[in-house]
Amino acid sequence: MQNEKRFNVKEFFMKLFKRQIFIPIAALLLLALFNLIVDPSFYRITLGYNSAGDPVLSGYLMTILDYGSELAILAIGMTLVTSASGGQDISVGAGIAIAGSVILRVLCGTNSRPETLQAPIIVAFLVSCVVAMLFGAFNGALVAYFKIQPMVATLILFTAGRSIAAWINNNELPIVSDPTFSYFGGFIPGIPIPTPFFIAVVCMIVIALVLKFTNLGLYTQAVGINESSSRLNGLNPAFIKFLSFVILGLCVAVAGLIKVSRLSSINYSVIAKDIEMDAILAVALGGNSLSGGKFNMTASILGAYVIQFLTTTLYKFNVQSDALPAYKAVVVIILVVLSTPVVRDYLSGLGKKLNLKRNVKEVG
Amino acid sequence: MENKTVLEMRNIHKSFPGVRALQGVNFTLREGEIHALMGENGAGKSTLIKVLTGVYGKDEGEIFLKGKEKAVAIRSPQDAQKLGISTVYQEITLCPNLSVAENMYIGRTSGVCQNWKKMNKDADKILQSLDIPAKATQQLASCSIAVQQMVAIARAVDMDCKVLILDEPTSSLDDQEVEKLFGLMRDLKARGVGIIFVTHFLDQVYEVCDKITVLRDGKLVGEYEIKDLPRVQLVSKMLGKDLDDLSDIKGENAAYDKEDASKPVFETEGLVSNAGIKPFDFYIKKGEVNGFTGLLGSGRSECVRAIFGADRVIGGTVKKNGKVIKITKPLDAMKNGIAYLPEDRKIDGIVGDLSVRENIILALQVLKGFFKPFSKAEANQFADEYIKLLGIKTASADTPIKSLSGGNQQKVILARWLLTHPEYLILDEPTRGIDVGTKIDIQKLVLKLASEGMSVTFISSETDEMLRTCSRLIVMRDRKVVGELSGDDLTQNKIMSTIAGGDRE
Repeated sequence: MQNEKRFNVKEFFMKLFKRQIFIPIAALLLLALFNLIVDPSFYRITLGYNSAGDPVLSGYLMTILDYGSELAILAIGMTLVTSASGGQDISVGAGIAIAGSVILRVLCGTNSRPETLQAPIIVAFLVSCVVAMLFGAFNGALVAYFKIQPMVATLILFTAGRSIAAWINNNELPIVSDPTFSYFGGFIPGIPIPTPFFIAVVCMIVIALVLKFTNLGLYTQAVGINESSSRLNGLNPAFIKFLSFVILGLCVAVAGLIKVSRLSSINYSVIAKDIEMDAILAVALGGNSLSGGKFNMTASILGAYVIQFLTTTLYKFNVQSDALPAYKAVVVIILVVLSTPVVRDYLSGLGKKLNLKRNVKEVG
Repeated sequence: MENKTVLEMRNIHKSFPGVRALQGVNFTLREGEIHALMGENGAGKSTLIKVLTGVYGKDEGEIFLKGKEKAVAIRSPQDAQKLGISTVYQEITLCPNLSVAENMYIGRTSGVCQNWKKMNKDADKILQSLDIPAKATQQLASCSIAVQQMVAIARAVDMDCKVLILDEPTSSLDDQEVEKLFGLMRDLKARGVGIIFVTHFLDQVYEVCDKITVLRDGKLVGEYEIKDLPRVQLVSKMLGKDLDDLSDIKGENAAYDKEDASKPVFETEGLVSNAGIKPFDFYIKKGEVNGFTGLLGSGRSECVRAIFGADRVIGGTVKKNGKVIKITKPLDAMKNGIAYLPEDRKIDGIVGDLSVRENIILALQVLKGFFKPFSKAEANQFADEYIKLLGIKTASADTPIKSLSGGNQQKVILARWLLTHPEYLILDEPTRGIDVGTKIDIQKLVLKLASEGMSVTFISSETDEMLRTCSRLIVMRDRKVVGELSGDDLTQNKIMSTIAGGDRE
């Protein structure tokens, strides 16, 4: 009886081990354990008051929740692009600069430091959504209809995007003085949890509903796995690739809103710098193949938070921000290599052998 | 171990999750012997080959090679090559953009420098000695498929192989090319190479092989001298049952004979696509089974692809029940009740990483629309129904289709299209690379569907299969429709002579 139960537990773990979601979960647990052992104060959360006198929770976990959410939003779009096109969009950082710049332009009008907002925030946001989706459509058209490799196609905006962002505001740095604008990247008065997390949750719910009530998931994966066969089944592979880039554009606009809201201003060359790499890493860490095909959205989103967990951990240990990428790279290499099928097969083979030996011993 | 034995596999076991692919299989290969490995899809042929070539590790068993005292361990394809075991696969695994000589020597030159002159000279020598019509400096892609295959063999031979495995080498060759390949095989046999020949073509087995080993359901059925095993017995050994009479399955189903049987359902007039076929006229009646026949490359597939909108149509019209319909893409055809099972299962048919269930519902799902996904329960119901109906062998509906055997993959694609309840089903080489049992299943199914009023176009390279199923044949030559045969004209000879060009008899 007892034996049987133990067997089931083992089977459960074996099953989990084979599931894709195991990769980010394991990474998260490893990082959490590391922090717990080295310095448990990592998990301390304190309730304080910010400059406006509103209650806010602060602590490393809150930082992860806060900044990981931007990444999670981007990971949603990046997962779809990766799955459909078998490539990645490296222009999301530049795209955020453009989207953010558009929001500020609409809010501030021609005057870069207006006393009052020139347009409602929602209007500014919607305009930036349209612009970001247009740029997404530009990338998507290059990839889907002109059959340019995604990385090469998006290299164009990667290079030009920040200049375009600066040009939108005549190279000025508008500042929004209205405090409501800072809620999106900060805290809503009375709610001590960072707003980006709520925005991310909304995005997750939306994508979950979309995946449940449309065939986006099936179509995207089918196109990513076998384009020719998808076409013969009545799909339009080019359009689905195109669509994935447009959706990513929307995600970029949302992330852009959070980013400019944090500063109430913009710095064209620094805003969302290198965020595309983190977004791609989130997809990879979620165990999704970067060459397209099957995807697991939950794993990607979890992957985004794991990346932020890692970044925050490194910050905590006073790693210089310049040196951060190097440390990150080391950790990522370990995680990604450990999660490859080669290593996992080897490990599970090893597990089997150990079991076999033990059984033999028991018999002997 | 006998002196003449070059390879002996003893008691090989191999399991995959849910499947015991090999259970205690023995296999012996002697010097200068062409040994056919036969069995249905899923019998374990490929697994055995892959164990031998180090692609899979074996769970149990031993492999002995000539000149080695102890059992050898083969952990990777490289190990296998070093031990003198070479494989030539159905799909060419060379690099088409390199030269013939480069392909022959790639990956096995020592040192950093490469003596190109010597390499080309050596390659030419080998090609000549094996009588292969290719030059060392020629780009591989410029050779015909058959010659490419021969180059792959030449590469294997030059690597001093003692065991040569040919895995379905003839499935994309025409008769003449097959003859050439057989010549080469006999030549190698005379040099003492042991050849393992895997094929679905029974004729070829009897033409070139010395021995047959039959596998069924992962178990060894037996090893036979070719002269002791007549064809019928071989088939019944592969199937594990006595063969029902193959010759007359037409009679089992009454022909469809409702009043609308004489009217054409689909017609084409001067239809032409960008795939290089000449404009063609065609019609199919309700409940009719017809077929396109002709040599490889005669434009059979291109015709049906044009009807389905798979290639870009550049002229002509398609009519359904007398009314002109517009088909510019596959979805248009699907909406008009046409289903198309493509020739190349791997490239055009399966969506490899998706599950059997998703592969089955895909076409119907696309027809139903983007915003109306099937619920999990509906999808499961469809999948289970068709898995049962067609007898698809799969661990579960969740299994990725790519891990199924070829015949079962084909059944899944067939299920996908049957699920859309088409009026007109186009089957392009549905039985290629499939075992005899499944072939007959599919032929029977086609006739049954037709008797229920479905129109079916059936394309196959095997003429006897066409004769068994079709009541009318459209003959093609050089990308042009050159004739139509029905009734008493449906004989092997008549088809051959029409294909060959004119009635010279």
